[in-house]
Amino acid sequence: MPVPTRDLPRYALILAILGIVVLAFAWAAGFLSPARIGGGTIADALEGANGKVFPGFRRAHAKGLCVTGRFEANGAGSEISRAALFPKGVVPVIGRFSTGGGNPAATDGRNVFHALGLRFALPDGEEWRMAIDHTPIFIVSNPADFLALQRASVPDPATGKPDPERMKAFAAAHPETQAFLDYMKTAPLPASFANGTYYSINAFRFIDAQGRSRLVRWQFEPEAPFAALDKATLDKRPKDFLFHDLLARVKQGPLRWHMVVVLANPGDRSDNATVRWTGSHRTIDVGTLVLDHAATEVAGNCRDYNYDPLILPRGVAASDDPILAARSAAYSASFRRRAIEGPHPDAITTAGGAR
Amino acid sequence: MSQDRFALPARLLHWLMAVLILAMLLIGAGMVSTTTARYPALLAWHRPLGLAILVLALVRLAVRLTHRPPPLPADLPAIQVAAAKGSHILLYALMIAMPLIGWAMQSAGGYPIVLWKGVALFPILPHAVQLYGWLRLLHGLLAYAFFLLILGHLGAALFHALIRRDGVFRSMAG
Repeated sequence: MPVPTRDLPRYALILAILGIVVLAFAWAAGFLSPARIGGGTIADALEGANGKVFPGFRRAHAKGLCVTGRFEANGAGSEISRAALFPKGVVPVIGRFSTGGGNPAATDGRNVFHALGLRFALPDGEEWRMAIDHTPIFIVSNPADFLALQRASVPDPATGKPDPERMKAFAAAHPETQAFLDYMKTAPLPASFANGTYYSINAFRFIDAQGRSRLVRWQFEPEAPFAALDKATLDKRPKDFLFHDLLARVKQGPLRWHMVVVLANPGDRSDNATVRWTGSHRTIDVGTLVLDHAATEVAGNCRDYNYDPLILPRGVAASDDPILAARSAAYSASFRRRAIEGPHPDAITTAGGAR
Repeated sequence: MSQDRFALPARLLHWLMAVLILAMLLIGAGMVSTTTARYPALLAWHRPLGLAILVLALVRLAVRLTHRPPPLPADLPAIQVAAAKGSHILLYALMIAMPLIGWAMQSAGGYPIVLWKGVALFPILPHAVQLYGWLRLLHGLLAYAFFLLILGHLGAALFHALIRRDGVFRSMAG
């Protein structure tokens, strides 16, 4: 059907209007900004650094163990936050200990970075989830650096290992990353999941009943006495020693950590997870985490939760730390991918289960 | 008068939902594209807007079933009549299905379905992580299908308004 010439401008107008709508969508979706970093970009980089995809497993902290227990609040936290976790009482907890890296069958001696995911089931369907690490600082201060670090860690196909020169160059350009690597090398690290302190990593905001907002970090301090990992004998330790250690300890009795909230001093950085809050700070012990059951991922019920640190109850909010939103977005991308691949049995179960 | 226009509630719902659904598609596409503070901010809007769209879509379906829409022009080719009717059914289906899939997938993913701080919806599916994975994929694919359908709807509306000038556009806009 021939288009009458007088209608041509009208057809052009229709196409222009549709074009504007398409452009708006493309702009929102980031198609016009190839440099934009999404959660999927970070998941891609983690897969690259892992050397392969391990289907069904987290793209980071792939090797894990389930725990359950409770949080016994002493009431002291209510002074600084109206969160339902803090009034004196007991809240059920599901948790997951993990080692760093994306290989679910990694050797514990080679993987000395420990983490703990926690899910606090508060009244009225509220939840508080945490992903806390046994270092007080993070390895980078922003998502672009995290991406660059993962890309510098991609294994060289010839050696199967990251190119040490690329890592050196990254650390030289990022003193905060060098500080983290030095910490891992020189600081005494916990010999067990059970005797480590786990830190919130990022700063958060607590909001009290009057609406007053305060910057805080927090840490879970173990009642089990600290014992340092012997870094000289790591290569001789059994492959899953950390995991069997925790399973055995929980059988002997519940493990306890005190949740200690650290209130920021004026001038403390809230936007940089690589900077420690040094000097004297007011702290409040708000209660005790009691973990009394442990099980492999297959036998337990922790694996299929996403320990997204931005799942927060009333009375707790994100700070301006750019790592926080990036963690949330990247965890979500990792969760999407492993969910559709379907869960796979963990290394402890594959090797014969809990002893 | 009443025969050549949609009923007033139908017109109000149409334009309100047009804004909400287009905003929702942009918010959804935007939030998965970023790791800045916009990610949690957009996500916080996505859930309550989704529920609002679901409620409005159900009201709109009731309005549609109780009010006869104005007839299409008698000279409209049969293929265009079929396209109009079919696309309207698909638009209704997606308006209702997208929020339900979002709600169902967050339930299956074991997430709290937070409308705003302190107010959470109940789950409509048990925690089943692989089901979450499939529903999440479907939610994303249908969002693109929804966007293409809306483009076609808008293109057809403008075709009626500017080329055919047959009163179809005015029946919703006027």
